Amino acid sequence: MNEAQQAGLQIDWAGLAPMVIVFVAAFGGLLVEATVPKGRRLVVQVSLAVLALAAAFVAVVLNSDKHGTAFSIEGVGIGSVVLDGPGLFLQGTLAILSIIAVLLLAERRTTRGGDFVAEAAVVADSAADKAQRREDGATEIFPLTLFAVGGMMMFVTAGDLLTMFVALEMLSLPLYLLCGLAKRRRLISQEAALKYFLLGAFASAFYVYGMAMLFGFAGTVDLAGINQAGVDSGQPRLFLYIGVAMIAVAMLFKAAAVPFHMWTPDVYTGAPTPVTALMAACVKVAAFGGLLRVFNVGLASSAWDWHLILTVIAVATMLGGAIFAVTQRNIKRLLAYSSIANAGYLLIGVIALGEAVGQTMFYLAAYGFTVIAAFAVVSLVRDGDEEATHLARWAGLGKKSPGTAVVVTILMLALAGLPFTSGFTAKFSLFAAALQADELGLVIVGVVSSAILAFPYLKVVVLLWLNEPAPDAPTVNLPSPMAGTVVAAGVAATILLGIVPGFLLDLVDQASTFLNT
Amino acid sequence: MDEISYAPAEGLLSWTWLLIALPAIGATVLLLAGRRSDKWGHWLGVVTVGGAFALAVAMFSSLAGLDNKSANLDLFTIISIGDLRLEANLLFDPLSAVFCLLITGVGLLIHVYAVGYMAHDEGRRKFFAYFNLFAAAMLVLVLGGNYFMTFIGWEGVGLASYLLISFWQLKPAAATAGKKAFLTNRVADVGFLLAMFTMLGALGTVDFQEVFNGAGSLSTGTSLAIGLLLLAAACGKSGQFPFQTWLPDAMEGPTPVSALIHAATMVTAGVYLIARSNVIFSLNADVQTAVVVVGALTLLFGAIVGCAKDDIKRVLAWSTVSQIGYMFLAVGLGGGAFALGIIHLLAHGFFKAGLFLGSGSVMHAMNDQTDIRRFGGLWRKMPLTYATFAAGWLAIIGLFPFSGFWTKDPIIASAFAREGWQGWVVGSAALLGAALTAFYMTRLFVLTFHGPKRWTEDVHPHESPAIMTAPLVLLGLGSLGAGGLMATSVADWLVPVFGEPHEVHGHLSHMQVTIATTVVVVLGAALGWFLFRNGTDEVPRAAAWPVRFARADLGGEAVNRGVFERPSRLAASASVAMDGRVVDGAVNGLSAAIGGTSRRLLVVQTGFVRTYALSILSGAVIVVAALMVVVVQ
Repeated sequence: MNEAQQAGLQIDWAGLAPMVIVFVAAFGGLLVEATVPKGRRLVVQVSLAVLALAAAFVAVVLNSDKHGTAFSIEGVGIGSVVLDGPGLFLQGTLAILSIIAVLLLAERRTTRGGDFVAEAAVVADSAADKAQRREDGATEIFPLTLFAVGGMMMFVTAGDLLTMFVALEMLSLPLYLLCGLAKRRRLISQEAALKYFLLGAFASAFYVYGMAMLFGFAGTVDLAGINQAGVDSGQPRLFLYIGVAMIAVAMLFKAAAVPFHMWTPDVYTGAPTPVTALMAACVKVAAFGGLLRVFNVGLASSAWDWHLILTVIAVATMLGGAIFAVTQRNIKRLLAYSSIANAGYLLIGVIALGEAVGQTMFYLAAYGFTVIAAFAVVSLVRDGDEEATHLARWAGLGKKSPGTAVVVTILMLALAGLPFTSGFTAKFSLFAAALQADELGLVIVGVVSSAILAFPYLKVVVLLWLNEPAPDAPTVNLPSPMAGTVVAAGVAATILLGIVPGFLLDLVDQASTFLNT
Repeated sequence: MDEISYAPAEGLLSWTWLLIALPAIGATVLLLAGRRSDKWGHWLGVVTVGGAFALAVAMFSSLAGLDNKSANLDLFTIISIGDLRLEANLLFDPLSAVFCLLITGVGLLIHVYAVGYMAHDEGRRKFFAYFNLFAAAMLVLVLGGNYFMTFIGWEGVGLASYLLISFWQLKPAAATAGKKAFLTNRVADVGFLLAMFTMLGALGTVDFQEVFNGAGSLSTGTSLAIGLLLLAAACGKSGQFPFQTWLPDAMEGPTPVSALIHAATMVTAGVYLIARSNVIFSLNADVQTAVVVVGALTLLFGAIVGCAKDDIKRVLAWSTVSQIGYMFLAVGLGGGAFALGIIHLLAHGFFKAGLFLGSGSVMHAMNDQTDIRRFGGLWRKMPLTYATFAAGWLAIIGLFPFSGFWTKDPIIASAFAREGWQGWVVGSAALLGAALTAFYMTRLFVLTFHGPKRWTEDVHPHESPAIMTAPLVLLGLGSLGAGGLMATSVADWLVPVFGEPHEVHGHLSHMQVTIATTVVVVLGAALGWFLFRNGTDEVPRAAAWPVRFARADLGGEAVNRGVFERPSRLAASASVAMDGRVVDGAVNGLSAAIGGTSRRLLVVQTGFVRTYALSILSGAVIVVAALMVVVVQ
């Protein structure tokens, strides 16, 4: 018997298994870099990452009936890692979405050697840089991705602010790096990485400060304890308010809510497209998983205090994102602003608290699949070696490559929220749930905002089908099975969740109860 | 209000889903089979719609045998969230039955016609795929057993209409028109969605049966809100004021599309929505007044603009706008007039489809020209088209015994029967509309088929092939006889939906209204015939000979211009300007305003980290400050 067990500490290893598997595979990936010859690294890394994430998903499924904490002392749970319905559902969603994202990271056919730089340390646009463009991209991206995904899985199950902070940093740091690893337009990519890093660090500082305030107020960093303190703490409530505000700012930054959104378009545009896909799908899931838990578990007792300001932020985010999106000419920026608007819709789910937890998670899953496929398609349409991200270049794509255009049309209609796509079911069920929580005002703004947002998507569809292609129109590169799978999975999920959403809606309904609420 | 309950579907009626499945299968096969089905694809399209029509007829007669006159078919649950369950259920009742017959019946004729009309078009297969898709979506719309299903069909017909308008992609005007239709429809969709959410909030359901039974418990404000939101949705879909602009623009699509979607079926979806929600609309007199005002305004507006247009399809489009105005007026009047609106809708479906297909036949003969100033004297060349168009013309102006007489007159009479001064105002508007309709339709008819030939040199008019004229003849017969047949039988048939009509006694007796209407219609038609019997001189880029024609008869023309044309043109140009500047301006202005705001706000997106950090910091300050404000309170 070791010391911990003597002290009465019990660890639910099965419950921790998903994260452990991903972290172990990440370290394994680092060893692969050191030991496996260069030519075979890609195959080994991709297989390792996909297998690890699949195993993590299986472990999540096996955990599905758990409702408790991973650590406990003499039968009393410690809330650092919480295994409950929302946590497990989001872990599973993250595992699936990141498998898809890894496949996209591994795409090497659409552009020779992939989208990633071989030697990130070489000065951009120097002679050495031009020489290394012919080389295959670095394979360190896979362990980095695994670290980030492990951090996200921890973030959505963290039951106290401290664990949550560690998870936040763990998911952020690898992402800062990944953003700067584009092979082409490296300066823009590096600028994006630096911006993301500086602002992320800024936001983290808010988080730590807020955590200190809440600790001062509640005497604990445990979310359930903070909630209890909201009812019976003798400390001045000022600490609570400042703490809530600071924590909310940090998390809304990650979620890309207005006015903490400004990094989003720059980083989404600058980062290599597969990394953007990972951020748009998985980071969104993690950020809102965290927001849901913090507000449902930790701050439900002070809901009256923060309800107004969060409503204002949600309205600003919905309208801001949609209005900004209208004039975008670049498909990646358009998707970035639409991601901001979607953050607004998701915030409705956070504000509605317990009524809408399940529907918010459904929205996250549905949006994740669609947006990953959308970015995958963006990486297929190319002018020579570079992605043709300017929308004007997409004109008449329907004539030259009808297959791709059909896929884009389906994805755009889903993002615009038309029936028979996951976008519609997700929005409808989220808004309906918010209504049950008496948030009619937010729902009205949501409907109006999605009507505005439908316009830029529609413009893309019109461009694709009704405009004449330019003589030097971009080519659609045939994807390898990697990106091909990504697109197919994304489109399939978009349609399936639009036509038969029942099974997933039932699942989120069962999984919508947090521990300690 | 009696409790409404729908009986479960049994026997043949449990096959209701097949009505939708048939055209849906057709569309799927055509889209998936690709070029392989180019040879037989159009016939598949015809057969699926024909099958649906046969099924609709059979179901119609088995519904007639039921006591309850309704059949509710539960298919599956779409969404289930907490207490809220959204079912995919279909409702086959007298109202949806007549719509099914209209959609599949007129749809079948138009499909057959399109086989001939699109014979030389490379994309005929794709066209039929979209056409079938539209039929399926429209059937979902009218068969849906709750607002959610109706909404799915609502969006589906919007999408299919967008695809079909944009079908002739080579014309930039068609692409723009498609966009406009789609945008206006989105605005209308917001109304529909919000109406649904309001119902969900107030009643927790969108099922017809539960909503109608619970409607009595709604507060006045809520029922007003639901009614106005549904009205906004209906106005957008049906091209009613202030959303009328998209409909005439939508005529850029192929003519069969105009006939099916933008005359006979989709644009009447708004009328269906209001008629279906008759319980909600009857609750609140203010909502009813709003519907009446929209209807009366639109019917005049459409008729006045119709007088000023020279494009055969646009005149017909504006007349559609105006006729749907009559239907809105009827369903807005409520009570027994609900059924009148539906009957006019059915009759209109026949004669307007016939008129549109007739105009297609004319365009076919005239090298796709649409300018009526360049037609004339066609009656000798295309006798069948001429005869059927004449039937449609007499039906729409409502001369005894053609169908418009049976369906439009009662609406005018009901308008006069409205209480107080409102009855005089809307009644007179409806009467004036009838006179204007007679005038501009006669103008269209005479300029197209009679008078001197004003053809461009390279046209050689000829009658269309039998596959196009056969549907025309059937629709023509429908325009002749259907009105009289439907006037009483359909009203009785719809009693289970709208309740027993009670006798209304208004300012004028029914006979007085009939006489007044007939007089103004005859006057309007006679004036139109007299003024345009010798053609018109309003030909742009005047070639030598039409001008000479006009000058030879200057006397008549001078009277024409001085007495009638000038004032009518003034009124017409005023309403066209109103349409172009105010309404279009509002639509375009809204999008420009959003775009402008977008660009102005994006100035803050400087690219500098310091700006972004400042934004985060100020956001944080605001959040803290806001929380403090809550504390102080």
